[in-house]
Amino acid sequence: MHLEFTAEQMMIRDMVRQFAESEIAPFIEKMEQGIFPHEILKKMGELGLMGITVPEEYGGAGMDFTSYILAINELSKVSAVVGVILSVHTSVGTNPILYFGNEEQKKRYVPKLASGEYLGAFCLTEPEAGSDAGALKTKAVKEGNHYVLNGSKVFITNGGEADVYIVFASTNPTRGSRGISAFIVEKNTPGFIVGKDEKKMGLHGSRTVQLTFENMKVPAENLLGDENTGFKIAMANLNIGRIGISAQGLGIAEAALEAAINYAKERNQFGKPIAVNQGIGFKLADMATAVEAARLLVFRAANLQSLGLPCSKEASMAKVFASKTAVQVATEAIQVFGGYGFTKDYPVERYFRDAKVTEIYEGTSEIQKIVISKNIN
Amino acid sequence: MMFKTSTHKQYYKIKKRGNGKMNFQLSEEHQQLREMIRDFALNEVAPSAGERDEEERFDRGIWDKMAELGLTGIPWPEEYGGAGFDYLAYAIAVEELSRVCASTGVTLSAHTSLAGWPIFKFGNEEQKQKYLRPMAEGKKIGAYCLTEPGSGSDAGGMKTTAKLDGDEYVLNGSKIFITNGGVADTYVVFAVTDPTSKHKGTSAFIVESSFPGFGVGKKEKKMGIRSSPTAEIIFDNCRVPKENLLGNEGEGFIIAMKTLDGGRNGIAAQAVGIAQGALDAAVEYAKNRVQFGKPIVANQGVAFKLADMATSIEASRLLTYNAAWLESNNLPYGKESAMAKLMAGDTAMSVTTDAVQIFGGYGYTKEYPVERYMRDAKITQIYEGTQEIQRLVISRMITK
Repeated sequence: MHLEFTAEQMMIRDMVRQFAESEIAPFIEKMEQGIFPHEILKKMGELGLMGITVPEEYGGAGMDFTSYILAINELSKVSAVVGVILSVHTSVGTNPILYFGNEEQKKRYVPKLASGEYLGAFCLTEPEAGSDAGALKTKAVKEGNHYVLNGSKVFITNGGEADVYIVFASTNPTRGSRGISAFIVEKNTPGFIVGKDEKKMGLHGSRTVQLTFENMKVPAENLLGDENTGFKIAMANLNIGRIGISAQGLGIAEAALEAAINYAKERNQFGKPIAVNQGIGFKLADMATAVEAARLLVFRAANLQSLGLPCSKEASMAKVFASKTAVQVATEAIQVFGGYGFTKDYPVERYFRDAKVTEIYEGTSEIQKIVISKNIN
Repeated sequence: MMFKTSTHKQYYKIKKRGNGKMNFQLSEEHQQLREMIRDFALNEVAPSAGERDEEERFDRGIWDKMAELGLTGIPWPEEYGGAGFDYLAYAIAVEELSRVCASTGVTLSAHTSLAGWPIFKFGNEEQKQKYLRPMAEGKKIGAYCLTEPGSGSDAGGMKTTAKLDGDEYVLNGSKIFITNGGVADTYVVFAVTDPTSKHKGTSAFIVESSFPGFGVGKKEKKMGIRSSPTAEIIFDNCRVPKENLLGNEGEGFIIAMKTLDGGRNGIAAQAVGIAQGALDAAVEYAKNRVQFGKPIVANQGVAFKLADMATSIEASRLLTYNAAWLESNNLPYGKESAMAKLMAGDTAMSVTTDAVQIFGGYGYTKEYPVERYMRDAKITQIYEGTQEIQRLVISRMITK
């Protein structure tokens, strides 16, 4: 009943930590300017990080889920952007094909996703369908050997940069969420239009775009699973996605805490380091306690998921707690830094901006609380 | 291609063998223990909890039943009359008892963590057989005497003295806020043996309530944990045999502080139990209380409050179990137990307050147990080191 990793899990953690510090940290400034980290992702593909949990027969590393969560966590300590790109690519870009695709689909797409040759994305959210995914308006109509898709999607992470998209559209509008189907769509499909890239407060360097489908013809063999089973596919990876984002939130919080501790020890005022003032020391103690609790929640949920046990309550608890901790700890870290924390000379203002979205995507904190309250009643 | 080398196959082998090494599941034994204690707590402890709180009454009968079940010596080896289990099992016991009655939880916690632990860790074989064994078997109750009127968080400021006179130490002074004070038989007492040396001048003694010069003073009236007695203990030329010195002369301060580290796990477990008990009650009430034609839990204002309560409890429980696990495996746990106590104490306070809120006016009455939980929760932010002391411990450790 405690947190202990296997030698292999620690090996991955250390390897990713080293990679993040030596390869990603120098690239942060470019990402802050809006440059998408293709060259980082290419290197991650070479290391096997783009398909950590994908079985070997499909070109992945065949590692367990906890190893993957450790990777997201370590990446996010240095760059929340790379963390979320990997999370989306794996949990909702690759896994749906792996879990619901037929052999042909898996052979065609998964090895390329696992090697990093392809980047994955997930298209569910629409302007009128956020938390209420069943309300989506994009339609898919079967015509001969094709489905014709019309509609638009918003907030698509990796959008425009990704090569493969899992797209959800209604094949039977009268049935609501039970009339939704999932499709594998390639970027170069005619009628696939990349729209506005959102300007965001954080996660600079990641893409969050609008996509429009105009009479987009998708081959019938690219239907994922059966017709009208899309909602199940969309929901199947919820826990995996939530634990991934909780690990991202945890990483941001850990980075902010570490920065604040180091600064508080070095910053002298009134002839002594500010850390020795209880006003600062106790703040750091509260931050560290929340981070430790978040860490236990995240890896407990990861452990349950690794063992194939039910974990929707635990995943939601990890997500809601780790994301709240990320926002609080990043906010307090800026406070510890004072005026310097408000400048771009130090990374804490970036942590603060990056942290907020962890309370929003992969199910808002309010959605997590619905899940938790249903589970405890 | 780090993941795809030959180590990969090896990984599968290791995974197969060591699956569950990162084990966040409670073992079968721990789960069975929890069920057993839960059962006991519901049948034997819960029914009288409200009444004992009202009457400020300690019930030795409940204690004796706990002894029969082996709960009074959970972490001590069988050779000392214990159950030979670990600190995690002990934490689960304190949690489950506190879930129905925080007073019973702290009785066990003070007995085990504060009195049994220092004898187990620092006592010689003879002391362990003479004192730990009857405590583990539940024939004797233990207590811990550190705090004095002028020496609370600053334990170094104590005034009680111990002077060697022939084969006996003579103790003079008084201790306050002693949990189990008056009902306990065996007291671990801290006194100054060398007033010229601050921390290194303190020593620890095992004192029996039957020793001449041992007296019980004022019994505190308290807002919570009212069926757990809290008394003043007075030493008036109390004569303690030399062989009852615990550890060496001058080791008292270290013994006191190390004891508190483990004691924090016990209080963290108590706080988790109180919070869980309040949540249990709040969930049950929210499902059954109908207003505006539907159960109040159907309102997000109530349901989200319950979700927040449950999440804080889960976080506190993981911190507590993690610290207990570390202690069971002889790994450092000082920072972790301080974090567990800090978060669990704050969680107990906020969750019990929210529970009263969910019950509305009924929650404010003695008809329901949540007002008792709320009164009981407050002390978990104070004893075994205040929250401020926990923050001091944690901040020093992380900025070292």
